[in-house]
Amino acid sequence: MSDSEQENHGHHRRSLKDILFSTDHKIIGFQYTITGMLMALIGGYMAYVFRMQLAHPGEAVPGFGLVTPMDYNALVTNHGTIMIFWVAMPVLIAGFGNFLIPLMIGCDDMVFPRVNRLSFQIFFLSSLVLLASFFVEGGGFGGAWTSYPPLSAKSEYNLTPAGDTIWLVAVALEFVAFLLGGINFVTTVMNSRAKGMKMHDIPMVVWMIVIASILFMVSVGPLVAGAVMLGFDQVAGTHFYDPFSEGDPLLWQHLFWFFGHPEVYVVLLPAMGVVAEILCVFSRKKLFGYKTLLYSTFATGILSFVVWAHHQFVAGIDPRMAHLFTVTTLLISIPIAEMVFLYIATLYGGSIEFKTPMLWAIAFVAEFLIGGVTGIYLGSSGTDIYYHDSYFVVAHFHYTFVPIAIIAVFAGITYWYPKAIGRMMSDFWGKVHFWGTIISFNCIFIPLFLLGMAGQHRRIYSYEHFPELARPELQEMRGFVTASLIVMIIFQIPFLWNFIASMFTGEKAEKNPWRSNTLEWSADSPPPHGNWSELPECHRPPYEYSVPDRKEDFWPQHQPN
Amino acid sequence: MSDTYQVPIATNRSATGIPTGRLAIWWVIASEIVIFGGLLVCFLLLRLRHPEWAAEAEHTKLAAGAFNTFVLLTSSYFVVLAHKSITDGRNLDAVKYIWWTIGGGLVFMLVKAYEYTAEISHGYTMFKSVFWSFYYLATGLHGLHVLAGMIIMAIIAKDVKKGLNLQRVEYIGIYWHFVDVVWIFLFPLFYIASGL
Repeated sequence: MSDSEQENHGHHRRSLKDILFSTDHKIIGFQYTITGMLMALIGGYMAYVFRMQLAHPGEAVPGFGLVTPMDYNALVTNHGTIMIFWVAMPVLIAGFGNFLIPLMIGCDDMVFPRVNRLSFQIFFLSSLVLLASFFVEGGGFGGAWTSYPPLSAKSEYNLTPAGDTIWLVAVALEFVAFLLGGINFVTTVMNSRAKGMKMHDIPMVVWMIVIASILFMVSVGPLVAGAVMLGFDQVAGTHFYDPFSEGDPLLWQHLFWFFGHPEVYVVLLPAMGVVAEILCVFSRKKLFGYKTLLYSTFATGILSFVVWAHHQFVAGIDPRMAHLFTVTTLLISIPIAEMVFLYIATLYGGSIEFKTPMLWAIAFVAEFLIGGVTGIYLGSSGTDIYYHDSYFVVAHFHYTFVPIAIIAVFAGITYWYPKAIGRMMSDFWGKVHFWGTIISFNCIFIPLFLLGMAGQHRRIYSYEHFPELARPELQEMRGFVTASLIVMIIFQIPFLWNFIASMFTGEKAEKNPWRSNTLEWSADSPPPHGNWSELPECHRPPYEYSVPDRKEDFWPQHQPN
Repeated sequence: MSDTYQVPIATNRSATGIPTGRLAIWWVIASEIVIFGGLLVCFLLLRLRHPEWAAEAEHTKLAAGAFNTFVLLTSSYFVVLAHKSITDGRNLDAVKYIWWTIGGGLVFMLVKAYEYTAEISHGYTMFKSVFWSFYYLATGLHGLHVLAGMIIMAIIAKDVKKGLNLQRVEYIGIYWHFVDVVWIFLFPLFYIASGL
């Protein structure tokens, strides 16, 4: 309790109990990140199994066995669910957010450390609940990550009497965890900034995580209500979404996508923030247009609430409504394009250093562009009628989510690893990992665009019975995609090795190995409990690189004039 | 709760000039508004499509609902008095008013229990129609918030008696007003808007 004797700040050895039940924001950030990375392995394994089924239909998959249609559905459903809710969100928002926010705004912890711990504990519980759904009668839920009723509402339809409800409970628990975390993040940044840190002195990644938390908080509410309704439909037998009664299955689609589309920006914004930090540091240039970037982010956040029905163009909505949503969807590409231009302008004329984090950051901008540009075809209600539910969609959103949840995460991990662990990662193995991952990633998803254009539908267990899709040249392409996926998975081994081995054998990191400006680099590497013996003050904006007439090409925020 | 827990400096900083707890409770309420808002918008959309639900709404107990509205508003007045007592330094008065607020919540829940019993025994269960599903879901979710508020207030009253965490009286007051406002929306939607 608060009146207990002063804790010895930092330099004591942490016991296992201290680590598991810590209220320290850095430990909680690690817990989220590690859980997220383990879930990524599980999600990746699922992708491997169902891609093997698509490449070699009906053959036993090494490491899994025969894939039944029910297995296939459960695997694609949970692959999507895990990668978004249990990988992208915990690592980008909760992992980076917890670790970075107090360090970057110069305080010793979150404002509510015990709420923060509770948030992780609920999140961890939710992961266990989700994984448990695979071991109940009927197996894991297979009604797609969007969980549309009536399929998801009745076990006569989805044939997973327990799996559907367990899936719903797991997602609901995950929402609770992120609501608690989000309130903590927003309040911390509003109230606990270092002395002198004004609105435009806050590092971009902190801004982005806060805006993402608010977007999440505002968009998830109706879905929480909707999820309770779906739960009652599943368990108690109400008819909220029952088309044969007074209910309406489209209602769920609206609730889901009113959340689901802002959710894209919930995970995108922290990734954009991570990339902004890295681009400035490794091009030794001030962020181009800090305020423009900030206000573009606000615009993106607001617009993200009025685009949701572009997911429902073929669901039977009024075509006049579809026109409106086409316009708003194309509008949202303006602030996003603005942000990308600002990043390119930041690079222009900089003295660029191609360290591993910088490679990832530049790759994020390049690959995310492909995802953004292909989205224009899907956002237009006319072309979407053909592309809807095809592999073109699958390729499109993987070109957004892989840059977000994989590329930007690797950028962030390789950049902040020295601060978090106190040792440097190997740049050589980092680059091996980078090129292996990026090349195989493009080899996976460019063919999927082509397959989608050829008319290949999503969520099909085997194309053998579709004569126009079972053509050998298409099947060869599927084989190539699966082979590329296996290459991508294999190339994660150098990363895991680099990540673990560097903890013990990496070169010791100094306080500020990248010569960076933001406050976290003025703490020790790794920072002790409480972060600083004396909390820093902020004297200037965060991106003062290569300021003329200064001897050094950086000017840390904490340095007095 | 580990015994080594120490309130960080972060908790007591106030860059906005607003105490952290008050800021946080407003964010909690923001996140609650969208939950209840989402639920009520769903109800309204379906209600507009089903004019026949007006007949169903005749079977909710208008008088009991009106009485409960009065009880809840009165309890909100008590929680304001509790806050005022704290600012005036009369902690024991505050404890008294908090308990009166809890009493208001208790009366509300008892009346609600009576309503549920009467409705269910006349066959108006959750499954009779989607109107009743919404009715039980919305009032039930609201009831859970009333219950949670009562429990938290009991804990706060215990603290205030010892002179601890006095600022929390204001925060629970803000929450209790929110619960009140939700009811102000539920009452017309489910009780008054009946008949054709």
